[in-house]
Amino acid sequence: MSSLQTISLSGSKKEVSKKEMTFLEKLYLIAIIKGLWITIKHFFKKKATIQYPDQVRPFSPVYRGRHMLKRDSQGRENCTACGLCALSCPAEAITMKAAERKPGEEHLYREEKYAEIYEINMLRCIFCGLCEEACPKDAIYLTISKELVPAQYHREDFIFGKDKLVMPLEMAIRNTQQNSVN
Amino acid sequence: MKVTIDGQEIEVAPGTTILQAARMIGGESVPPAMCYYSKLEKTGGKCRCCLVEVTKGSDADPRPMPKLVASCVTGCMDGMEVASKSSERVTEARKAVTEFLLINHPLDCPVCDQAGECDLQNLSFEHGKAQSRFIEDKRTFEPENIGDKIQLHMNRCILCQRCVQVAEQLTDYRVHGVLNRGDHAQISTYVAAAIDNDFSGNMIDVCPVGALTDKTFRFKSRVWFNKPFNAHRNCENPECCGKATLWMFGNEIQRVTARKDIYHEVEDFICNTCRFDKKEVTDWVIEGPRKFEKDSVINQNNYTRPMEKVIMNTEKGILEGREQDRKKISMAQIPFNNQKKQ
Repeated sequence: MSSLQTISLSGSKKEVSKKEMTFLEKLYLIAIIKGLWITIKHFFKKKATIQYPDQVRPFSPVYRGRHMLKRDSQGRENCTACGLCALSCPAEAITMKAAERKPGEEHLYREEKYAEIYEINMLRCIFCGLCEEACPKDAIYLTISKELVPAQYHREDFIFGKDKLVMPLEMAIRNTQQNSVN
Repeated sequence: MKVTIDGQEIEVAPGTTILQAARMIGGESVPPAMCYYSKLEKTGGKCRCCLVEVTKGSDADPRPMPKLVASCVTGCMDGMEVASKSSERVTEARKAVTEFLLINHPLDCPVCDQAGECDLQNLSFEHGKAQSRFIEDKRTFEPENIGDKIQLHMNRCILCQRCVQVAEQLTDYRVHGVLNRGDHAQISTYVAAAIDNDFSGNMIDVCPVGALTDKTFRFKSRVWFNKPFNAHRNCENPECCGKATLWMFGNEIQRVTARKDIYHEVEDFICNTCRFDKKEVTDWVIEGPRKFEKDSVINQNNYTRPMEKVIMNTEKGILEGREQDRKKISMAQIPFNNQKKQ
């Protein structure tokens, strides 16, 4: 009979004692000093927080952060605006508009079609990485930017366009140089 | 005449081909077809995708046929027994045919406008290998301009010759065809003439791959981001039925195609005016959204389909005591101020 009344189904039930406090305990002096001691102790401990954009913690190899649209070894954009990332996105964060590559732009885009507009709404994005899995052109990555999405003051600032997403040209050049050395 | 396909019996009229009989039955035993088109005459027999095994020739001659036969051009015989999906030889043959068709296909589906409604994509999804064994160079052609409405990508062509039959049978005079032979065979116009007939746009619809695509829709959107609607209009052209599928993005008509059935064959051909020039919503009477088969990518991200309600059957014993616990945790009966005093 007593079993269901006393046991806790959630496992977090605690018996509370209603013991009368002594005079010393009623003063709360000792309790305050005890509490303060814990606070003061933390002044001399190593800080748990870091100043993020200035200081960066080492990223785990399986982290997923800010997206980056990759360039190939010749500095051309890999993305062909096939729309599979937008299709696979469970949060529907990705929109794009395709355009045809014009003659003379072969050094900018790898295929005859490219993404004229490519936007990711970082407020909608849940960083699941399905866009990376879906990409047939090896274009979108959440792991190579080694960055998190920074804080902003306006909601519109979280819609990242190609200016923020495409890999910087210097990074592509550096990667190519490193690869040729190896 | 009685025919049995994969164990399913059906009565057919004399002169029916095995493929047509299989389509009457429907379901999984329908062989895939790349070149055969029921609305066009003299199509079929080229792609070899629809190979089936005839295990019993007929009642009069019950011997099985030694080789696999192309079902789209083989007529039924009385008492014939056919194995399509159930035959391992057929599955192997389809795999081999798919591999052959993909030898020269550039596999540029991310760029191609046909992706999502491509017969070759569906075929290779079902029968294709994940890897290619072909290490030689693929056959390539110089890009060619065949007019301002139709885009030709010869590299993607599988030479089914459906478009040639469209030009033969629907338009007044044919200006394109298969030039050269063997590996050099290509669809082209004679001395780079532009294709501009009233019904030439139907080549886009009959093309099973992305070799002939709509230039007015080029790179505008992927097919699965468009919402297809059935619509009709009174076309001035007496031969045009005026019934089409509109591919809409919001209020914008991005593409107009003929209505296609479950075998991706058009129900009725439409004229070029309907297809290329009528891109305003006011031009059309919209009947309603068009349904597509369950597995089609066009149905992706479609939340309009009915969702089943989830019912959780919890055992009674687990729920025992939960009501008391909930009261104790949330303390709805005890006012907040009383709690403070204690």
